[in-house]
Amino acid sequence: MNRIISPKNAQKVMKSIFWASGILTILLLILIIGYILINGLPVVNLNFIFSDPIDSGRAGGIFPMIVSTFYVTFVALVVAIPLGVGGAVYLAEYAGEGKLVKAIRFGSETLASIPSIVFGLFGYAFFVIYLGFGFSVLSGGLTLALMALPTILRTAEVSIESVNKSYSEGSMAIGATKWQTISQVVLPAAIPGIITGIILGMARAIEETAAILYTVGAALQVPVSIFDPARPLPLHLYTLATEGISLPNAYGTAAVLVIIILIITIFTNIMIERYTKKMMGR
Amino acid sequence: MPYRIEVEDLNVYFGESHILKDININIEKNMVTSLIGPSGCGKSTFIRTLNRMNDTISTFKEEGTVLLDGKEIYDPNVDVVELRKKVGMVFQKPNPFPKSIFDNVAYGLRIHGLNDKDIIANKVEDSLKAAALWEEVKDKLEMSAMGLSGGQQQRLCIARTIAVEPEVILMDEPCSALDPISTTKIEDLIHKLKHDFTIIIVTHNMQQATRVSKYTAFFLHGEIIESGLTDKLFMEPEDKRTEDYITGRFG
Repeated sequence: MNRIISPKNAQKVMKSIFWASGILTILLLILIIGYILINGLPVVNLNFIFSDPIDSGRAGGIFPMIVSTFYVTFVALVVAIPLGVGGAVYLAEYAGEGKLVKAIRFGSETLASIPSIVFGLFGYAFFVIYLGFGFSVLSGGLTLALMALPTILRTAEVSIESVNKSYSEGSMAIGATKWQTISQVVLPAAIPGIITGIILGMARAIEETAAILYTVGAALQVPVSIFDPARPLPLHLYTLATEGISLPNAYGTAAVLVIIILIITIFTNIMIERYTKKMMGR
Repeated sequence: MPYRIEVEDLNVYFGESHILKDININIEKNMVTSLIGPSGCGKSTFIRTLNRMNDTISTFKEEGTVLLDGKEIYDPNVDVVELRKKVGMVFQKPNPFPKSIFDNVAYGLRIHGLNDKDIIANKVEDSLKAAALWEEVKDKLEMSAMGLSGGQQQRLCIARTIAVEPEVILMDEPCSALDPISTTKIEDLIHKLKHDFTIIIVTHNMQQATRVSKYTAFFLHGEIIESGLTDKLFMEPEDKRTEDYITGRFG
């Protein structure tokens, strides 16, 4: 037989290529995060984290921005989680295969691929102007909820669908109603996947700039009311960098943002692992 | 002796396909009845008709009479949830819930409205004892059921089923995914359980049918070819097709 390359050598070559891609990906990640942390960490200290900005952020800290980030993200999740998980339960368990289901799926997939600046524009026209919420935590949070919704919906739907059908059969066979089966057997088994979807949606909300640019305002104070304007970290970072206010503080802000996301991701991964271990016994 | 289940002229369709044809069979109380026959002959469809698990399939259609304790189970007034409480089911592949061993058994009690913790704990213990699993799991009730062996999982599923105190237990090839030792344990269990429950078991294993059941029905192409006392059906089959099947000439 005429082989240009023997199967054994092909195996070796491919293995090296995959290995190289893996290593390269990790290196890029380390490079980006490392670059931000090296440039940002020098300005990050307790004072930077816990004090108000002075002179538009040339000096002082970013406390109101950290609060804004959590506040806006919280509002977004309060809206997006029930809608997303509820919609996913409907699609996966009740809807069957119909035109409505296809329309909802198509809608959510389209929603997921719309550029965030378009969400921002819509949020501005609808929440800020039409509903009269003004530049506020509420307007920003709702806009982010729309962005996070398709991610949460889709991931939750897939994880509910991938729950072993034999669990629900076993539950129905001892006389459980459909809702008892869903709430007590299917959803608990789907929770790791649903949480992953929520975290992905949340990460999209936390790091989003364009969508909140037109909706959340640019206040430098800690927002208290849901109708107060705010300035989440990405927006502050954007302003500091593009308006040439303070590049070191922009890096500091970026470092804090990256650390927040890292902490959330690592924390939830540990929680999911523990939960899965308890549930599956391994 | 009154029958627990009476089936008269039952026909079952999935869409256009005629799966079960003119089924007539009576199931005696507190006896074990085996259903044998080659794959695809309608045995599983038949037992899933008895607890209305086929209802979840949209193309399912049923004609005829299926009586449980003299009452038609396909009557529009029948509460399917109540029916399935009375007619429990054990599946081919062990399917414990991804919950703790305790919660697997307690689940059925809780969904049927039992809240008292002590009563639940007692019933869980009784059910696990009745399923011959208690000694093996009593020290690890809080551990996940998914960590048990296949045979233990199947006995847990039996415990889960008997916890809600059914009258009938349907078993769909309960040992086909198990090793011989686990199979023996389940068979011993079936002998014990028949004192309290009416058991219908689908099996591909003819020795198993002779070991566990008083009555046997032979299914072929959606019909019952022959049914009656297990000993008679295996020793002196009346139909040529039964004889061919039990002597291994096909199937």
